[in-house]
Amino acid sequence: MIEVKNLTKRFGQKTAVDDISFTVKRGEVLGFLGPNGAGKSTTMRMITGYLPPTEGQISVDGADTVNEPIVAKAKIGYLPEAAPLYADMTVVAFLRFIAELRGKGEADVERALDTCFLEPVRNQNIDTLSKGYRHRTCLAQSILHDPDILILDEPTDGLDPNQKQEVRSLIKRMGEDKVIIFSTHILEEVEAACTRAIIIDQGRVVADGSPAELKARASGAGAVSVSIKGMAGSGIRSELGSLPGVSEVRETDSTESAFRGQVLPSKSAGALTDAIFNMCKDKGLVLEELRVEEGRLDEVFREITVADTKLDGSKMGPADSVAGEVTE
Amino acid sequence: MSALRNIWIIFKRELKAQFNSMLAYVFIVIFVVLAMALTFWFRNFFAPGGQDASLEFTFFLWPAWLLMFLAPAVGMRLWSEEHRTGTIELLLTMPMAPWQAIVGKFLAGLAVIAIAISCSFPIVLTVAYLGDPDNGKVLGGYLATLLYGAACLAITCSVSAFTRSVVACLIISVTICFLMLLLAVPPVQDYFTDILGGGVSDAISSFSMFSHYNDMKRGVITLPNVTFFASLIGFCLFLTSIVIKTKRS
Repeated sequence: MIEVKNLTKRFGQKTAVDDISFTVKRGEVLGFLGPNGAGKSTTMRMITGYLPPTEGQISVDGADTVNEPIVAKAKIGYLPEAAPLYADMTVVAFLRFIAELRGKGEADVERALDTCFLEPVRNQNIDTLSKGYRHRTCLAQSILHDPDILILDEPTDGLDPNQKQEVRSLIKRMGEDKVIIFSTHILEEVEAACTRAIIIDQGRVVADGSPAELKARASGAGAVSVSIKGMAGSGIRSELGSLPGVSEVRETDSTESAFRGQVLPSKSAGALTDAIFNMCKDKGLVLEELRVEEGRLDEVFREITVADTKLDGSKMGPADSVAGEVTE
Repeated sequence: MSALRNIWIIFKRELKAQFNSMLAYVFIVIFVVLAMALTFWFRNFFAPGGQDASLEFTFFLWPAWLLMFLAPAVGMRLWSEEHRTGTIELLLTMPMAPWQAIVGKFLAGLAVIAIAISCSFPIVLTVAYLGDPDNGKVLGGYLATLLYGAACLAITCSVSAFTRSVVACLIISVTICFLMLLLAVPPVQDYFTDILGGGVSDAISSFSMFSHYNDMKRGVITLPNVTFFASLIGFCLFLTSIVIKTKRS
């Protein structure tokens, strides 16, 4: 449905998007991740036809965004960042205006009002609305013509937790028969709603895969968290360390009589849990917890995007402070 | 067909926005009150033994000066506001060509100006009652005023595409409109004649909106005059589309 080929965007000297290529098929919900200024919004703006690409092509369901802009734009619903609206109009008047431009009728306006829970404010002026309602009004505008393709730039930004949940389930529901691309800073959102995620950093795609695949890339993935009662200190550490397949033992918050920590595998984690369990059974120790860590998305995000930042120059601060900014 | 439809949709929204913001009412009232007040107070409309009942030197003397700053006031929000609030991103991702939005918005501004100008109609009735005015001149005067207002509005349109600041747009547009008037004012003309010679000076003053306006209000509706305003408007709207396009790349 969407084919992005060697997409590049330069603003003067600055390269905002640097040779990005990817395709998205119907039924995919694609999450765009990346630090601020990574080029997420710029890429989305080029797909919607708002910004012309410096180089490269975008094909939207077969229509080129530069050569057939009107055909391409008709297929897309777009929620811009910060959800801009004509503040002097009422909600329903604004949606009617969009419906007219999209060649749609009153029934579509009502459906959009209903889907986005805007019924209570339909006749209210947009400049008197709360942020959540404004956001949903702009979202209603993007789904009004029931588009095959939805481009949502930070759709849950500024919403309260309940509204976030509503928007996420809306995305998930609509994603079944559409193409949805949305950007976000909230990583749990990617796990909750996406079938695929792309991480963009400094204008380039640095990771592309399902949330599960990405999580497996975390350095913490596959580690076994254990909590063992009955033995502590160096004794248990050496016992664990001598098990086959263990590369490192990390102690976290042990007490005098119990060990808590993580056992990092050198190869696969499957055998580790068995080995630890058997070791405890043989020594008569009480195994309180035994859990294989999945790896966390924020860990992957941090590792990938911070590694790139560090490569770039020594002027940056310590890695930790950079990571703090990135995931903020 | 769909082009006309899109222009109509944009036109309707923009005109409603003009009236919602009260700006259109303010504009109409100020235009009519000032035009009338200036006509009656400063041009001796009722002066006995003066000219024949005529609007040429009384009423139609003023609109050029009024529209010079009132037309930019109507047009200043057209694109600046879109830039400022970010709604331009919505507008330009709708399935229509950008020029349709440009024309629709321009026509909405022009409609406000046209309403204001036509609200001055009692003066025509008054003159018709008092004497026997040359209807051709009256019609020419109105057409000239409308075209002049449209030209000032088109200039404002292209300025507003440049900036997100409404105030900057107003000041810059008024300045440009003022300079375009000034080119045909005698002292300025003399200055150009002195340093550049008569031919160049004539060429420069032919770019003044004022000289074309004056021709037309005398009832001289010639092709060059109409072409001048039409091409000035066309050029400014084309410039608007260029600015909107290059701002994004």
